Amino acid sequence: MHFQLNEEQRALGDMVQRFLSKEYAFEARRKILRSPDGWSREIWAKLGEMGLLALQVPEEHGGMAPATVETLVTLGAMGRALVVEPYLSSAILGTAIVRGLGSPAQREAILPAMATGERIAVPAHGEAGARFDLSRVATTARKGGAGFVLDGHKAVVLHAPAADLLLVTARTSGAPDAEAGLSVFAVPAGTPGVTLVPYPTIDGMRGADVLLAGVQVPADALLGPEGGAFPALSAAQDLGVAALCAEAVGVLQATLDATTEYTRTRKQFGVPIARFQALQHRMADMLMNVEQARSMSYLAAMHAASEDVRERRRTVSAAKVTVGQACRYVGQQAVQLHGGMGVTDELSVSHCFKRLMAIELTLGDTEHHLERFIRESK
Amino acid sequence: MDLSFTPEEQCFRDEVRAFLDQSLPPAMRHKVLEGLHVPPEDTLEWQRILFRKGWGGPNWPTEFGGTGWDPVRQFIFEEECAAAGTPRLLPFGLKMVGPVIQRFGNAAQHARFLPRILSGEDWWCQGYSEPESGSDLASLRTLAVREGDHYLVNGQKTWITLAQHADWIFCLVRTDRTGKAQAGISFLLIDMKTPGVTVRPIVMLDGGHEVNEVWFEDVKVPVENLVGEENKGWTYAKFLLGHERANIAGIGGSKRELARLKRIASEERKHGRPLSEDPLFAARLAQVEIDLLALEITNLRVLSAEAEKRAPGPEASLLKIKGTEIQQALTELMVQAIGPYALPFRIEALSDGFAGPAVGPEYAAPLAATYCNMRKASIYGGSNEIQKNIITQMILGL
Repeated sequence: MHFQLNEEQRALGDMVQRFLSKEYAFEARRKILRSPDGWSREIWAKLGEMGLLALQVPEEHGGMAPATVETLVTLGAMGRALVVEPYLSSAILGTAIVRGLGSPAQREAILPAMATGERIAVPAHGEAGARFDLSRVATTARKGGAGFVLDGHKAVVLHAPAADLLLVTARTSGAPDAEAGLSVFAVPAGTPGVTLVPYPTIDGMRGADVLLAGVQVPADALLGPEGGAFPALSAAQDLGVAALCAEAVGVLQATLDATTEYTRTRKQFGVPIARFQALQHRMADMLMNVEQARSMSYLAAMHAASEDVRERRRTVSAAKVTVGQACRYVGQQAVQLHGGMGVTDELSVSHCFKRLMAIELTLGDTEHHLERFIRESK
Repeated sequence: MDLSFTPEEQCFRDEVRAFLDQSLPPAMRHKVLEGLHVPPEDTLEWQRILFRKGWGGPNWPTEFGGTGWDPVRQFIFEEECAAAGTPRLLPFGLKMVGPVIQRFGNAAQHARFLPRILSGEDWWCQGYSEPESGSDLASLRTLAVREGDHYLVNGQKTWITLAQHADWIFCLVRTDRTGKAQAGISFLLIDMKTPGVTVRPIVMLDGGHEVNEVWFEDVKVPVENLVGEENKGWTYAKFLLGHERANIAGIGGSKRELARLKRIASEERKHGRPLSEDPLFAARLAQVEIDLLALEITNLRVLSAEAEKRAPGPEASLLKIKGTEIQQALTELMVQAIGPYALPFRIEALSDGFAGPAVGPEYAAPLAATYCNMRKASIYGGSNEIQKNIITQMILGL
């Protein structure tokens, strides 16, 4: 049992951190946020060059999966820098879905291009009314034309405007909340009948609601067995939650650092406000939250690909609960301790706060995962 | 990064488990698992059982008769002991004064004191706190004045855990009143049978007699009972703190209590259904279970840092705070679980073998008392607020 990184892992972490602190400092990031697309193709290409988009791509398709610790380290650095590019959506979730469901030919057609950054594929899964229930899908796919016809409304599809490929979950059979009967289709952006209602999200990323009206796709757009996508979707989701937890720890640490730094320099009553015990104890509580979240991010990373599905779900959910609660506590306290400056757009703390808020609401909120933990513990 | 124990560590766990299966007397086990009173004879008997196996000093180096186990093995041992329901080993000798004597004592002190701790012959207690010196320990005033070949000790110590059974007390005493408070403190070993030593019980909110006041009135202590150098006691006290905090998170014990809470919650009923299936209760229970899981990993992180010979640092404060919060939350949920049957309080029913008429479920009797008792956890060993001060200064550098 040990928690050290090996030499290559440490080198990778250093490389990502160096790159981001150079290219993704606060002002550079702000510029990216204000650009028309809201993300940077240039940064994305460089992430590809560094091999970071290939971490979850299997070796035979030009990647280095599973790369568990490398993913943990990379996400941590991205969290620290508040990266808004579609890393989680495409390099983790999208990649895991294609990897888990695609035939060898489909994988070879999609994954190598995802590994280099030429292609972005994001899941279009959630729907209004489903909340975070992974099996509740009303979007339908029926056989028609030379393949399938898709109809439905996908809610808050993160990074949909950036995607070349939408990985749409649709019901091919079964009751509205049944695990059986779910299928995933690879739908290229711009396919007739696909309409995006794009928007920025509160944390500065981009997303869209995706409307599907009589979308005709060929038979080979279907990834994996018809009606049998749930296990792979669930596995991808858990991998995504583990990655999100790792990212969260990066954001949490950055938030705590910004707060200790600010309270050391901000003076009131003639002394730095860090001298006040009421504030000190708040920061001690923040630190404990960060460390507990860090511990659980390790545990989640190690269990995210576990063969034991119950154990995987239980552990990943426990991690998301701990991380989600830390996100809320640390985010709120950081803003509070920054005083008036905390509620402006000018310092990094408010940007961290909004990312922490979004993380808590992404891939299942705290209550969803607490409930799943209870269910899987029985 | 690898979160699993090595095959050797797994083997060690199996060995410990097999030994406990065979050697832990069922009556002792019953008392611990049911939260009943564990009498001092059980504590000493368990120490002797371990001593006969060669495991009397699980945290001691081999040169002093210990096992020489690394921090991970010590953790596994404590975890298995907790799960099996062994009495808690007395920390005062093994984890407190023992390591101080080993590190700072002389050869005569090694020979005289250490073997009797391992064999369970001597019961030690800790004389630190005073009525006016709680969290601000360095302000202590118990005075030791050198007179020829002995010190004359006068003063009062308080909150002395289990002093009523103790043969010896290790004390922080003031030997110099001139300089900085920390610089005038010495570390003295005092025989509890010395004339002038008086022990007075303090009855606690659960009716238990766990702590005491100890008074010193012209107590003559031979100078050979001074550990290390005069006026260096504060350094030794800080060293001791590092050892006292090993296993401070109490992971094994909390896992055992969590299992007990689950048993109780599955027996109790709400709306005609098992309480464990009530969504509100299940959520609170799951929250504690998740907090404990996170703390377990944090604890392993600290252990692995120790195993890599990085000094045990202020992370111990985090373990103490979270560990005690979890211990307290578990006792709180047990009380909540039995509802009105938390109220009947018959102190005799807290001991094994109580034959009076049954009131409520069998497991109900000790729960409220344990809840009350465990309020101490966030106060002792440096209150949790003091721990937060340490985190702010030592980790956050504020």
